[in-house]
Amino acid sequence: MRHQLSASYLSQKRTKAEYGFWLYLMTDLVLFASLFATYMILRHNTAGGPSAAELFDPAYALLLTIILLCSSFTSGVAALAFRFNKHRLGLGLLTATIVLGAAFLMLELLEFGTLVAEGESWRRSAFLSGFFTLVGTHGLHIFIGLVWAGAMGWYATAHGVTAHFQRKFALFTYFWHFLDLVWIFIFTIVYLGARLS
Amino acid sequence: MSGFWEFITGRLSLEYFPQDPVTIGAAIGMPVSALLLIGLITYLKRWKWLWTNWLTSLDAKKIGVMYTIVAMVMLLRGLADAGMLRLQTALSAGDATGPLSSDTFQQVFTAHGTIMIFFVAMGLLFGLVNVIMPLMLGARDMAYPLMNSISFWLFAAGMVLVNLSLVYGGFSNGGWLGYPPLTGLEYNPGPGVDYWIWSLQIAGIGSLLSGINFFVTILKCRAPGMTMFKMPIFPWSVLVTSVLIMLAFPILTVTLAMLSLDRTLGMHFFTSDMGGNPMLYINLIWAWGHPEVYILVLPAFGIFSEVVATFAKKRLFGYRTMVYALLAIMFLSFIVWQHHFFTMGAGANVNAFFGIMTMVIAIPTGVKIFNWLFTMYRGRISFTAPMVWFLAFVVTFTVGGVSGVMMAVPALDYQVHNTLFLVAHFHNVIIGGVVFGFFAGMTYWFPKIFGFRLHDRLGRWSAYAWQIGFILAFIPLYILGLMGAVRRLDNYSDPAWLPFFIVSGVGVMVVALGVGLFALQVVYSLWKRKELRDSTGDPYDGRTLEWSVPSPAPHYNFAVIPTVHERDEWWYRKQKGVTKPAKEEYKDIWLPKNSAIGLIVGGLALVFGFAIIWHLWWIAVPAAGLVIIVIVWRTLQDEMDYCITADELYKEANGAAA
Repeated sequence: MRHQLSASYLSQKRTKAEYGFWLYLMTDLVLFASLFATYMILRHNTAGGPSAAELFDPAYALLLTIILLCSSFTSGVAALAFRFNKHRLGLGLLTATIVLGAAFLMLELLEFGTLVAEGESWRRSAFLSGFFTLVGTHGLHIFIGLVWAGAMGWYATAHGVTAHFQRKFALFTYFWHFLDLVWIFIFTIVYLGARLS
Repeated sequence: MSGFWEFITGRLSLEYFPQDPVTIGAAIGMPVSALLLIGLITYLKRWKWLWTNWLTSLDAKKIGVMYTIVAMVMLLRGLADAGMLRLQTALSAGDATGPLSSDTFQQVFTAHGTIMIFFVAMGLLFGLVNVIMPLMLGARDMAYPLMNSISFWLFAAGMVLVNLSLVYGGFSNGGWLGYPPLTGLEYNPGPGVDYWIWSLQIAGIGSLLSGINFFVTILKCRAPGMTMFKMPIFPWSVLVTSVLIMLAFPILTVTLAMLSLDRTLGMHFFTSDMGGNPMLYINLIWAWGHPEVYILVLPAFGIFSEVVATFAKKRLFGYRTMVYALLAIMFLSFIVWQHHFFTMGAGANVNAFFGIMTMVIAIPTGVKIFNWLFTMYRGRISFTAPMVWFLAFVVTFTVGGVSGVMMAVPALDYQVHNTLFLVAHFHNVIIGGVVFGFFAGMTYWFPKIFGFRLHDRLGRWSAYAWQIGFILAFIPLYILGLMGAVRRLDNYSDPAWLPFFIVSGVGVMVVALGVGLFALQVVYSLWKRKELRDSTGDPYDGRTLEWSVPSPAPHYNFAVIPTVHERDEWWYRKQKGVTKPAKEEYKDIWLPKNSAIGLIVGGLALVFGFAIIWHLWWIAVPAAGLVIIVIVWRTLQDEMDYCITADELYKEANGAAA
């Protein structure tokens, strides 16, 4: 005999999943906070190498910021579209999120590549170690988010936009907005902060 | 061509097999015993049973038992390390060199500390929480059963890595917290430090997931009617511990990652050149490390609160102050980390602040000690084994706490910093608090899981042996420390210190006797399990909900989730007259199906860890990718539960009579 999962059991599961995911994001925030603290402490330890003001271009970082904010926006609207059963629109917006996220990651890797090519890699000084680790950790999160988004897109095409999918998609958007938030701090502290010092 | 060969083999090389006789013995002994175990399971045809009932089980009680078994095995290893350390210092005064080389000695004390904290104390903690906390909350399971299993297997993967280092490559020689620049590439190019980093990193991620799991379980899965202030103290202590885990473990992850980046990618976080700052590491590691000691000891406080109330036959004295004391300790534990390095030279004002905050922690801790004593006061105390562990705890822990307050005075700390006085202090609180606590808890809750009690007299003997052994082993170290004996040395030139080291060595042997008696207690109880059977489910006339279900507890914990009225709900029900739930109260329930995902993730993490230690990038990168793929794939699955119908439950709960 097949038994349907009761609605209360499912809603309890959903509450727990959302709550736990929030807590995970908060622990991730502590992780980033430690990296920010490290960066702040080491940012003047350039060991005779270039400083933040000499290396970073806030305009370029602003471009990255705009791209990432747009992807956050499209992911949010995608969640709404799925909720109102506009599945094709939702999938389109999800694709846009992935494209924008990938563009962000490419531009970031381009910046890293330029720095390394100029000889200013993470080996150059403690300051650059801190920079590459902080920004790189964010980039790694973006990469995992892209894999996740791709899997969500594949699932929606293969199985349709089920209630199960909507629940999981909500978690993905939390993750994506969270990365946006962390990026805002990176933009402010690393790139704008470079001008201040 | 040689470039390709290097790419394939990383830095694997024959020279990393152990060279000196002590290590060779261990390196041969371990794989042989592993093979014997595998052979035994095959001979008994127990693989299928092991797979379905244990390895893939998502039942928190079983996961808890697996944690405890791993932790107890590791306790033997950590104890053997301790014995080697004390043997060395007892045999190497003056010109004598002792049996161990300096490098082996350093590896042994590093392994001892790492294993005892991460794989014994943490293992016992997670084990006991898993075993008993859902039962105390009136819950069926943890909030996330699968994540629970993943946590365990990550813990197990870290444990395997630590032991693998013994067979191939050697372990870190940089102390249990691995301070750079000693652990940096310049002074430690070999794989030992990497073994240390990755075993902690992998087990640490498991701990972080457990912290989230426990926290959500407590806040979201309590039985109806159980408000926060009707919750027993043990879950309260676990709640506080999980907050500490969630706030502290990410710092550990980052710190270890940065040390690893220094070592593998040539970064300069903690190097002494190119702008690196080794003191930054020490600040970061203690910003995790100090909360960590409270992560370990607070659940032990919770255990004692349950034990003392049960065996004094009284309500716990000062329940609310217990809770507030826990919360105060939670807060204070984050603002004392600098007392681990007063000698850094941060200046008088900074040292004064951290010194005072450290002393302040003694206040909530003292409140708890007095609450336990007042619970005993005019109670009807039965001196069972858990109670003897408790009394040993009160004496030992208080002495350790007082020596801690001494060292909180920065001026005095300058004298005893990094001496054996410090070593004696933290063993005083960790053995007295954590180890005695978990032995008390294991003895106390054993029948709930296995259906029979542990033999009481052997348990008491074990506690006495531990207590006497502890005093013999560590009081001499206090004296030596005050005389200026620096820790972590394999040879002390002053022969006048030798008698103290010999007494300390004898103490370790008495502690080993205590461990032996505990093992004997388990074996003997298993043999006499018919006489020790707990047929009532409530062998000690207990107070909290776990005693309301039969022993051993069914895999779904409660056939009918109880509605809670009182803090000591089971006691309240017994006063009122226990009634069985009526047939209508039984409902269909859902439980998670078994899953091998935890085992797979743990296995991949082990492969990843080994590969990255040996610079086998072509294995490490796909293994990490596979972990991500497995987890993403799993999040897209549905239908992972199975149903037990109300009828089946009713029949099972009421036996053949129904």
